[in-house]
Amino acid sequence: MSEAGKKSVVRVERLSKHFGAGEARVDALRDIDMDVFPGEVVGLMGPSGSGKTTLLNCIACILEPSCGRLTLDGEVVYDERWLRADLRRLRLDKVGFIFQYPNLLPFLDATDNVAAVLHLAGFGAAAARARAIDLLNYLEVGHRRRAMPAQLSGGEAQRVAIARALANRPRIILADEPTAPLDSQRARIVMDLLRKIAIDQSAAIICVTHDEMILDRFDHIFRLRDGRLESENAGERRETVPAGP
Amino acid sequence: MNFAYRDIRHNLLRFVLTTFGLSLLLGIVIVITGVYRGLIDDALRQARAANADLWVVEAGTNGPFAEASRIPGDTRDLVARVYGVERAGAVTYQTVQTSLKGAPLRFFLIGYELGRPGGPHALSAGREIMRSHYEMVADRTAGLALGQEVPLGTHGHKFTVVGLMRNEVTSSGDAVAYITLRDAQDLQFELAPPAERREVARGGGLETTVQINAVIAKVSPYVPVSEVAAALARWKHLTTLTQAQQESLLTKDVIEKSRKQQLMILVLLVIVSAVIIALIIYTLTMDKLRSIATLKFVGAPDRTIVGMIVQQALAMGLVSFAIGLALVLGFQGHFPRRIVVLPDDVAVVFAITVAVCLAASSLGVRLALKVDPAVALSTSG
Repeated sequence: MSEAGKKSVVRVERLSKHFGAGEARVDALRDIDMDVFPGEVVGLMGPSGSGKTTLLNCIACILEPSCGRLTLDGEVVYDERWLRADLRRLRLDKVGFIFQYPNLLPFLDATDNVAAVLHLAGFGAAAARARAIDLLNYLEVGHRRRAMPAQLSGGEAQRVAIARALANRPRIILADEPTAPLDSQRARIVMDLLRKIAIDQSAAIICVTHDEMILDRFDHIFRLRDGRLESENAGERRETVPAGP
Repeated sequence: MNFAYRDIRHNLLRFVLTTFGLSLLLGIVIVITGVYRGLIDDALRQARAANADLWVVEAGTNGPFAEASRIPGDTRDLVARVYGVERAGAVTYQTVQTSLKGAPLRFFLIGYELGRPGGPHALSAGREIMRSHYEMVADRTAGLALGQEVPLGTHGHKFTVVGLMRNEVTSSGDAVAYITLRDAQDLQFELAPPAERREVARGGGLETTVQINAVIAKVSPYVPVSEVAAALARWKHLTTLTQAQQESLLTKDVIEKSRKQQLMILVLLVIVSAVIIALIIYTLTMDKLRSIATLKFVGAPDRTIVGMIVQQALAMGLVSFAIGLALVLGFQGHFPRRIVVLPDDVAVVFAITVAVCLAASSLGVRLALKVDPAVALSTSG
């Protein structure tokens, strides 16, 4: 699938997910089709229980779909069954995740929280720390690189979490309500930052949100209702200019 | 990047306190092992101190340690004349309690003939007994000093401490003391002054009954011990035990119940330690569930997570073991019983600690492996 000649980074085809069986069966997702392209920031919206988090978990390879097909960065990873055994390695290499709450490891300082992901990917200690510091500087929290998570403000912690999500230069970044704990001004700053990252790293960003105030920050908005998807154009398309760290 | 080390460093106070508590527990395990070894060692020392090849005791008894044995005082002369016996000495054994500066003082008193087998074999200070009366050699655990006088017996005769020994205690922890055979027999049979007066009034004599508890025989190296034992066995009023039989009696019969009690306490302590370590590791893992879920979510393999838990369990166990051992070695001399810490036993406790830590961490590992990475998405926290 391509839009304006681009190859999608995330491709979801006829993806369904149900829980339980018989009368207790709940269809959380039904025949979802979705394409996200490099440099795009798309919003995933919908009321509680509509299936947003389920879809995000399926794309993150945390939850196994019931049927359909999932392609990440050109690699088919699910086609009626998982095609890769090492899903954690897949996540480590291709997916960055920004949680609603930063979920920083409390026993590591800001630098090591970012470097930990690089360490898991096989980077040497010095290279991992250097890249982590670069990312923290890029996200303008370099001055807090030695602070422990408990010493960071909400905004600073969220930036460190974003830096962690970017550490392995993932092509796909999934964000679960990243602006929920932030005030509207900081929420806009974070969204602008995500947009910058999408463009700089040519990454596809899927962002679950309830925040109507940031709708203009998305290229596309996918609305989920009772497990079904509706798509709408939101913001103006931006040119992708890879330039970030 | 070592997650286990970073987590420990982050929660250092908790680790230190937990480790200290655990070190006391492991210290007690080592102490009980030491007490257990000390019990056996003390029991054997009693028999080995005599440096005997054969023990001649009252017929039909397992004396003199396992049960009472009384034989005539001239038995030593009989034994000494048997072919193959190089040297023989008469001995008596009795437990006495006296009072010194208001504090009770207990001894296991051994009476022996000067210059014959059965006396103290190694002194750490002072000299051997050289006078026929009122001198004693005592173990240091009695707390006596050279030259100090100790009142013993119903007449309150004062015995002067002329020599000190080290590590000569009974299996019940009483200090061993040596006096001359004659003094020991007097102490055993002399009557208190009022009783003496009554005996005189009754027309009885006051002579000390010359009896002994055993005769210790050293056999010539050119004659088999079994041959001498067989010769002695012909006397129906005596029983002869070899040194090996005496040691077997001491370790398997005399202290058997205490040994089993110690062993039972040891086993229970190891079980309690295992349960406590398991609970600590489990609780520490519970505290980290969200971090573990996050690590899984960002792609950490199971071996990283398992490694973190197992390394923490091992670190806790090994540091606790080292502190526990240091505490035991440091305070060994202040313990009211003799503790014998053998390298082999330390190695066994070390191996048990490692095994218990690994087994205990399996609970935490199981919990960690079951954590759903999606927990990281939950909104709380």
